[in-house]
Amino acid sequence: MTIKDPETIHDVEGVPVHNVHRHDVVIIGAGLAGMRAAVEASDEFDVAVISKVFPTRSHSGAAQGGIAASLANEEEDHWEWHMFDTVKGSDYLGDQDVIETLVKEAPVVVREFEHFGAPFSRTSEGRIAQRLFGGHTKDFGRGGPVLRACYGVDRTGHVLLHTLYEVCVRNQVRFYSEFHALSLIIEDGECRGVVAWDIVNGGVHVFHAKTVMFGTGGYGKVFKITSNALANTGDGLGMVLRAGLPLEDMEFVQFHPTGLYLQGILVSEAARGEGGHLINGKGERFMEKYAPDKMELAPRDLVSRSIQTEINEGRGINGEAYVYIDLRHLGKEKIMHQLPQIHELAWKFLHVDCVTDPIPIQPTGHYSMGGIPTDIDGRVLLDGKQIPVKGFYAGGECACVSVHGANRLGTNSLLEASLFGRRCGKSIIRYLRENREFSDLPADAAVEAIKMVKRLLSSDGDEKIGKIREDLQVMMTGKCGIFRNEKQLGDLKKELRKLEERYANVRLDDKSETFNTDLLEALELGNMLEFSELIVEGAYARKESRGAHSRTDFPDRDDGEWLKHTLAWKKDGKISFDYKPVTITRFQPKERKY
Amino acid sequence: MAILKFKINRYNPDDERRGHYEQEYELDVPKGYTVLDCLNDIKWKIDGTLSYRRSCRSGICGSCAMTINGVNNLACETQALSLKSDTVTIEPLRGYPVVKDLVVSLDPIVRGLMAVRPYMINKTPPPTDQERFQSPEERDKLEGLYECILCGSCTSACPSFWADKEYLGPHAFLKAYRFVADSRDEDARAHLEALDDKHGLWRCHTIFNCVEACPKGLNPTKAIAELKKEIVKGKVG
Repeated sequence: MTIKDPETIHDVEGVPVHNVHRHDVVIIGAGLAGMRAAVEASDEFDVAVISKVFPTRSHSGAAQGGIAASLANEEEDHWEWHMFDTVKGSDYLGDQDVIETLVKEAPVVVREFEHFGAPFSRTSEGRIAQRLFGGHTKDFGRGGPVLRACYGVDRTGHVLLHTLYEVCVRNQVRFYSEFHALSLIIEDGECRGVVAWDIVNGGVHVFHAKTVMFGTGGYGKVFKITSNALANTGDGLGMVLRAGLPLEDMEFVQFHPTGLYLQGILVSEAARGEGGHLINGKGERFMEKYAPDKMELAPRDLVSRSIQTEINEGRGINGEAYVYIDLRHLGKEKIMHQLPQIHELAWKFLHVDCVTDPIPIQPTGHYSMGGIPTDIDGRVLLDGKQIPVKGFYAGGECACVSVHGANRLGTNSLLEASLFGRRCGKSIIRYLRENREFSDLPADAAVEAIKMVKRLLSSDGDEKIGKIREDLQVMMTGKCGIFRNEKQLGDLKKELRKLEERYANVRLDDKSETFNTDLLEALELGNMLEFSELIVEGAYARKESRGAHSRTDFPDRDDGEWLKHTLAWKKDGKISFDYKPVTITRFQPKERKY
Repeated sequence: MAILKFKINRYNPDDERRGHYEQEYELDVPKGYTVLDCLNDIKWKIDGTLSYRRSCRSGICGSCAMTINGVNNLACETQALSLKSDTVTIEPLRGYPVVKDLVVSLDPIVRGLMAVRPYMINKTPPPTDQERFQSPEERDKLEGLYECILCGSCTSACPSFWADKEYLGPHAFLKAYRFVADSRDEDARAHLEALDDKHGLWRCHTIFNCVEACPKGLNPTKAIAELKKEIVKGKVG
């Protein structure tokens, strides 16, 4: 039965009536994917965005270098070249039909941002300025690097995020800021809403929706050294697993080559795009050995492995776990005009003036290539392959569509988040035109979520959240980082089980309802433990090296056995796998050299 | 490494009886530790009830603005040892209602922002298959304006805001000027409308606290001066 009267609010067990909300579209996450979808869908429908941080504080804003599109504003470029680079960058694991859509629609999406008001940097003719980035080349890899990354100084994520927020305000999108999503409401293969916790005031809320979209972002916080925000705990992935849905390609995690030493904070690839050099402890520009042709502008997986190899073999600076990125030869004017944020970060965190000194850097956990399997229109797939969950969408880093395959190229993430956010929005509009009524909300929709919160608020064990989380981060970095092997992954599998047992025995210090960040961190840790096992089990199972997944015991790519996507479920603590083929259209897998 | 004493302003509305109070923590602080790293250590290892906002750790999200030894700053960008003081006093940003401990209500920030219609208004349809053109010189006019991270430090430091809670605040004026100064925006009047008001621009007495408070080195007072000129121009013209 559907409810005809929009004023009728369902009784939801355990949730006061004033905490039950209804919107045509409920989007979780206010980053580029979520807000781009909101902008699109709010042209026609009532859209709410739920975010655990104020929208402009989403982590998309920390992206620095650019957003890829073959605008050819600075020199010749074609979407076919962008496609080839993305396919090769993915180590041939990206699905080529969706990559084709990504690169063809990229110019439209970037120009729309400009029309919305984004303050891009400009060429002398007044067009959107473009710079070099790793892995983006001319003439199907045969030429040199190409000016493809559209940028706003070195604050590209910031300008795009704020612009989307501004357009959402204009379109009267309803924001529920500082709400933490707890669980999905899925009934008869149809998504009908979400349950969330009001961080500011406390209390469980139910969001009854015709469509739900996830733009919940990545999970860098499972690693000790990461470029990610403290908020990047992959909450959407935990929720999806608890709802019995699969995740795809979770073993593929990108480590960004240049994180500030010890803090892991991002030093944009634009620093290399603008001409920065990587230097080891012997003063050598060591990329000569690993990528003689593209040097520092090789893709991230390769550069990170190169840096880590230098460090592991004792050629870090003074033998320590870092190398230098040297910008001095760029000169003060170029640094201050093109890379002012890099200058500011190096100064504020390491007290290094990059005009006069090189910056200590190390690889840092950065991006998840895997995630919630979706089709090209952002529909979440129940079986990971074909059957969509009605009314449920995902886009951006939390999703796996898959355009990045085994390794993402720099500037393709802002593009993917915006572009597939936009596609989600369009696809939601089409769905809502056909499905105008709310489906019933089950009376017990919030029962499990309420139990989860209550258990934590009354917890009285002897484990601290911070300690378990730190152990998780240290283990994941040490045993499931840039280089992996069977022994370490095997050990890690067992250790993660133990962490889950310890998590069952936590104790929160803070038992209050108002702005309880102790509770929030406990919920986040629960999510991280939920999906970390899939990263490790996926990496253990995949006996090859491809893109960012590098097995020292299986150093070669094995297309015969492993040119396929991993799908993984977790039911009652048990993990099961399935695989699906990669879509190959234009470019047959070849050896990958730079 | 040095042992620092942290005096932190505490408040929990679920424990009204206790009201606002100061709590002390001692911490071994290694070189390179930011104030946020210190707060995290206190929260994760000593006292899980301590509440504050934080996210990006790199000075771009604006969550962790707070008053550190009397100065508004981002905790994540402030090196603890460079404060050159054995005692670090941390309070929530002044002028805003306190939600809990170092967490303040964002409502005044959002209210001021909304009043200036914080989005580009453009009546001419954009060209198809092309961006709107903007010369590098026109684009340079946005430098010092577009970088605002909405952390609320400036308005919290503003005596005009302390005296008038309806005052829109320097962050809102900076945002308004970001659009008024943009060669692509076609309706300056819409952004200026709410500013020409007793809670608007004229209440700014150029005290420059906002400039001093901005962790990103921006200059809202200059934007305010420019906006005043725009309004006067509009009236005369």
